[in-house]
Amino acid sequence: MKSLAGLALRSLWNRRDTAALTVFSIAVSVALLLGVLHLRDDARASFANTLSGADLVVGSRSSPVNLLLYSVFRIGDATNPVSMAIVDKVARHPDVAWVVPISLGDSHRGYRVLGTVPAYFEHWRYGHGKALAFTAGAPFADLYDAVLGAEVAQRLGYRTGDTLVLAHGVGEVSFANHDDKPFRVAGVLARTGTPVDRTVHIGLQGLAAMHVDWTSGAHAPPAERVSADDARHADLTPTRVTAFVVGMKARSAVFLMQRALNEYASEPLTAVIPGVALTQLWQLLGVAEGALLAIACCVVAAGLLGMLTAILTSLNERRREMAILRSVGARPRDVFMLLWLESCLLASAGAAGGILLMYAALIASRPLLLQRMGVAMELGAPTTYDLALLAAVIGTSLLIGAWPAVRAYRRALADGLSIRL
Amino acid sequence: MPSSAAIDLTSVRYAWTAGPPVLDIARFTVASGERVFLEGPSGSGKSTLLGIIAGVLAANAGQVRVLGTDLATLTPAGRDAFRADQVGVIFQLFNLLPYLSVLDNVLLPLRFSAAKRARLTDPRSEALRLLTTLGLAAPELLDRSVAALSIGQQQRVAAARALLGQPALIIADEPTSSLDWDARAAFLELLMRECRAAGSTLLFVSHDRSLASLFDRGVSLASLNRASAP
Ligand SMILES: Nc1ncnc2c1ncn2[C@@H]1O[C@H](COP(=O)(O)OP(=O)(O)OP(=O)(O)O)[C@@H](O)[C@H]1O
Ligand SMILES: [Mg+2]
Repeated sequence: MKSLAGLALRSLWNRRDTAALTVFSIAVSVALLLGVLHLRDDARASFANTLSGADLVVGSRSSPVNLLLYSVFRIGDATNPVSMAIVDKVARHPDVAWVVPISLGDSHRGYRVLGTVPAYFEHWRYGHGKALAFTAGAPFADLYDAVLGAEVAQRLGYRTGDTLVLAHGVGEVSFANHDDKPFRVAGVLARTGTPVDRTVHIGLQGLAAMHVDWTSGAHAPPAERVSADDARHADLTPTRVTAFVVGMKARSAVFLMQRALNEYASEPLTAVIPGVALTQLWQLLGVAEGALLAIACCVVAAGLLGMLTAILTSLNERRREMAILRSVGARPRDVFMLLWLESCLLASAGAAGGILLMYAALIASRPLLLQRMGVAMELGAPTTYDLALLAAVIGTSLLIGAWPAVRAYRRALADGLSIRL
Repeated sequence: MPSSAAIDLTSVRYAWTAGPPVLDIARFTVASGERVFLEGPSGSGKSTLLGIIAGVLAANAGQVRVLGTDLATLTPAGRDAFRADQVGVIFQLFNLLPYLSVLDNVLLPLRFSAAKRARLTDPRSEALRLLTTLGLAAPELLDRSVAALSIGQQQRVAAARALLGQPALIIADEPTSSLDWDARAAFLELLMRECRAAGSTLLFVSHDRSLASLFDRGVSLASLNRASAP
């Protein structure tokens, strides 16, 4: 057996060009499969943790997906606002630890403006409960302070102290600007890989101040406008917000509170548990996930078929090799084992190469994935799932490799000592 | 040993699967230590007969005794082990594994035979001795890829491999047919000398009758074989 493995290795080495190509194609396919699975798992985890640490997200009555899209992903528009009264009421509830209201509607050069309270920077978490961090500055202190997400600051080149003019409504190009009330960059957040990076945060009062002289989406005529300084003295208490995020004192109270809010009589509300709703949303994308996995499996199958082709093709030219081995006393079983071992060696080398390749690709693409897609790839040791998958690949290759081995075995029996070419 | 004959065939018949009978031999014996030349036209069944004697093929009927052992009493694996231990084979061409060095090709049979391993205290120096006798001692040849050898050199390496471990029976299937006359004579002389020195029986197959005179005895397969010629 040991001696056969030695022969198999030498024989492979003798055909190292083809062998290397075969190993490489298996490695690439295995790396692709593992990579797709990792990417899927990490993307799912990143996605489900876009907002963590919050127990409920509450908005006016709509579908949970819609609520998530505008409150967490800041995509699309809220159907209706909720009253500040209900926000305050929830905040006063004995089981509630904190409440962070958020208001959307304006934009700055394609990035959404989010009105909120300073507590947002304390309670809004992402990933495994990671808090938002500042790379520069601090939460807003003044009425006209803004805190920028990492991408906003980087793309638009803002630093703390810079001023920016927000646009009314959302859209890349806006003609209705709040140029009479410019904001000052008070802080810049560290990158999170979540929609927070693409958000301009301002205070709820700042948001109200901007709109003090606006009625039903139109700026007042120039004569009736209120200057930025005068606006400071107006009543800026918000009456309505887009949604609010709730943290409970105890996990056990979450479901009760969710039910109470969903059934709240005086205002139609939808309350969702972010982790659950995000996972549901992810499952909507599950079709693409399955398709990706199927493609990866096909690529592995193609890699293994490539190995089969290479071995089968070599079989004819190796007929005399088998006769030589038979003549020195090799059993047909040895001939079978020799070829089977070659498949095992090729597939194992391919699988091992696949792991290395995947880690190499992972290390190379990690920063890009985090930055572009907000996916935090874990660089852990191979999981048992990975190993099971590799075992499946090697197991399949053993089955596939048995075919040429059986053919060589049959020929070894049929050919006798004659060497046929 | 119950019989002094190295090879003793009685009423042996053989047909390839679903083919007409190729061999039908009433009696064929080779005495121990004898060097026999077996001759016959192409396709007459010479290689098939060697396959039966080497235990690679099993006769359909009759008795095949090799070195006193009735091959029919052995399992297929037993016949393979028997061949590994007792027989050395040289083919007409392409005797060597392309991925092994010259030396490793000579040592190849030891991978499959504990008996041959046991007969040699120092396999490497015995292999070198055989190669030297056969005129292949140049050290740069030993580790060379066999593909870089001339055909005559390859055949001599094959002879060294067949002789290694002193098998009692050497079977050679037209090992000289691709050599020119001088090389053929030199090769045969070396082969005979080594067989004599080791006391090995030699069964040598060729369709070149001019070689018959160099052997103890010449046999024509046509005279043995009652099966119709193809
Ligand atoms: N593996 C095989 N399968 C089926 N038939 C075979 C096989 N080997 C040989 N034969 C047939 O058996 C007959 C004898 O072949 P064999 O090789 O023994 O002849 P030979 O005397 O050695 O010829 P040559 O001098 O050309 O080597 C031929 O008719 C051949 O077609
Ligand atoms: Mg022949």
